Amino acid sequence: MRCLTCILILLLYIQTAAARTLKVGRQQAFTTIAAAIAVAQNNDTVLVEAGIYREKNLIISRSIVLLGLNHPELDGEKKYEIITIRADNVVVDGFKLSHSGVSSLDDLAGIRIHNCHNVTVRNNILDDTFFGIYSQLGINCTIENNKLTAYGEAELQSGNGIHCWKSDSMKIIANTVSGHRDGIYFEFVTNSIIWRNDSYNNIRYGLHFMFSHNDAYITNIFRNNGAGVAVMYSHGVKMIHNFFEKNWGDAAYGLLLKEISDSYIDGNYFNENTSGIYMEGTSRLEVVQNVFSFNGWGMKIQASCMDNTITRNNFQSNTFDVGTNGSLVLNSFEQNYWDKYEGYDLNRDNTGDVPYRPVSMYSMIVEKNPAAMMLFRSFITSLLDRSEKILPTLTPENLKDDHPLMKPLPL
Amino acid sequence: MKKIIKYVFTDILRNKIVLGYTAFLLVMSLSVFNLEDNTSKGLLSLLNVVLIIVPLVSVIFSTIYIYNSAEFVELLVSQPLRRKHIWTSLYTGLAGSLSLAFLIGAGVPILLYAPAGTGAVMTGMGLLLTIIFVSIALLAAVITRDKAKGIGMAIFLWLYFALLFDGLVLFILFQFQDYPLEKFMLVATAFNPIDLSRIMILLKMDISALMGFTGAVFRDFFGSGTGFIIAIGILVTWAAVLFWLSLRRFNRKDL
Repeated sequence: MRCLTCILILLLYIQTAAARTLKVGRQQAFTTIAAAIAVAQNNDTVLVEAGIYREKNLIISRSIVLLGLNHPELDGEKKYEIITIRADNVVVDGFKLSHSGVSSLDDLAGIRIHNCHNVTVRNNILDDTFFGIYSQLGINCTIENNKLTAYGEAELQSGNGIHCWKSDSMKIIANTVSGHRDGIYFEFVTNSIIWRNDSYNNIRYGLHFMFSHNDAYITNIFRNNGAGVAVMYSHGVKMIHNFFEKNWGDAAYGLLLKEISDSYIDGNYFNENTSGIYMEGTSRLEVVQNVFSFNGWGMKIQASCMDNTITRNNFQSNTFDVGTNGSLVLNSFEQNYWDKYEGYDLNRDNTGDVPYRPVSMYSMIVEKNPAAMMLFRSFITSLLDRSEKILPTLTPENLKDDHPLMKPLPL
Repeated sequence: MKKIIKYVFTDILRNKIVLGYTAFLLVMSLSVFNLEDNTSKGLLSLLNVVLIIVPLVSVIFSTIYIYNSAEFVELLVSQPLRRKHIWTSLYTGLAGSLSLAFLIGAGVPILLYAPAGTGAVMTGMGLLLTIIFVSIALLAAVITRDKAKGIGMAIFLWLYFALLFDGLVLFILFQFQDYPLEKFMLVATAFNPIDLSRIMILLKMDISALMGFTGAVFRDFFGSGTGFIIAIGILVTWAAVLFWLSLRRFNRKDL
């Protein structure tokens, strides 16, 4: 019995030892965070009170919780990387990180997750950092509810907001990213989820995927980015219920897809983009129940795409519904609603009896001969489009929707 | 000269067709702006009105007016007045009153509803097109004494600028598509006032982002301050040269 009590007391002692809280602040035991981190053991909490801390580069190499009260500010003095995490199970919560160093050689970041797993970075405010949160070989990390703001002007002199490289099972949730080069950047990242983020006013892409397979991004807003969103060289990407808005400019796309296969695009909204979706070399994509409205081109499908199905989407108020660059068509359009459809429905089953050809003659002319854009919105081009509708000659014969819907889908 | 201008001006403004034209433009532009939920779509619909209907009405109305006032002109010529003054007053009266009609009918709603820059450019281009097509009408009317021929010629010239010229450009584009044609296009627009004004208006609208590389070339040139002045200069030259040709012809004409 006594032995058991001893063991219990011993256990309790270890338990309390493990849950130490080290307080950092002006009137506390530690006045600098670096000093607290240096003595902290695994599972300790370092509690930082509000204030401005200039600590150069904080390196966390034990599994601790770094907790900020009322957003204490960590200033990188435009020289240093602010926090570097090199241990598993670390939590960084509630800080304000500002003015990280800028270096295109080292990719300095506000918070770097370096070769570890189960790290959580949440509720932080990052202001004027070069790279925001940088995950390098991170596994099963959570980046949640952070607000990242940068003031980049040129593409080459600015870093990405949330940058993940060679990571796996990442959870990027409810972050706000603006003013970076790419809002969220994924390279060699697998099995990850991007959920409820807001990425706007970034210089290049709101979201950028490279070689990242089997990821999902759901209910995000990508607005006003220099070139929209790019998903490239990946397979098994699920893009569900996102908003692609106001990506407007000469080289802007709502969603740029290059060499993507076996992916799924469902329930997204494409509003006011120069091109809603631009597809190149994609195969076996399912584009279902999306809304394309007020875009220059609803979709641009290059002839290099194959076996894509575009079903049950709404195309409304686009200047051109679909554009393509060749006569080869290996994709299928079925049961979409096109507001420019002029056919009829005799048996009233809400499906038009005449096929709709979404590619206009003028968009084909422009694709072959870009200088013809000089005649944009002129009388002759609308006349040509009319005559082409009656007797297709230049537009691809097979690019048509055989069962266009008469009424828009309730999306 | 002032008296003749005043007479022509009031005579045209009392004309039911000009009143109808003003009312048509007014109803059209107001309904376009009120029906469409965003103004840029409204402006695009009005673009066609400004580029097609305004020149057409200007050219036909002016031609017919000149033919109908042949006797009045003969009367004036018999008075101690210089022919130059008679013709200039006629032109000023016609262009002024039709411009006023356009300004009231389309200009005011455009300036009220549309964003300032685009609206101003669109109104300005509409006014310039009115003036240019009145010049064309005067030239057509002075060339031939036959009313049917004259009106036919005026309509043909309108058709040429509104449609055939663009067809020709498209044809050239496809014949020479292996060559870089952007510079050529830039020059080609100068030869058609309707194309030039269309491009000037489109460049002011955010839809110009759709125009790609060619659009960028145009924006580089016409988007700058000097380019803008050059474009206005070209349009004014169109009006002035055509009027000058018609005036020369009128001076030597045996009425």
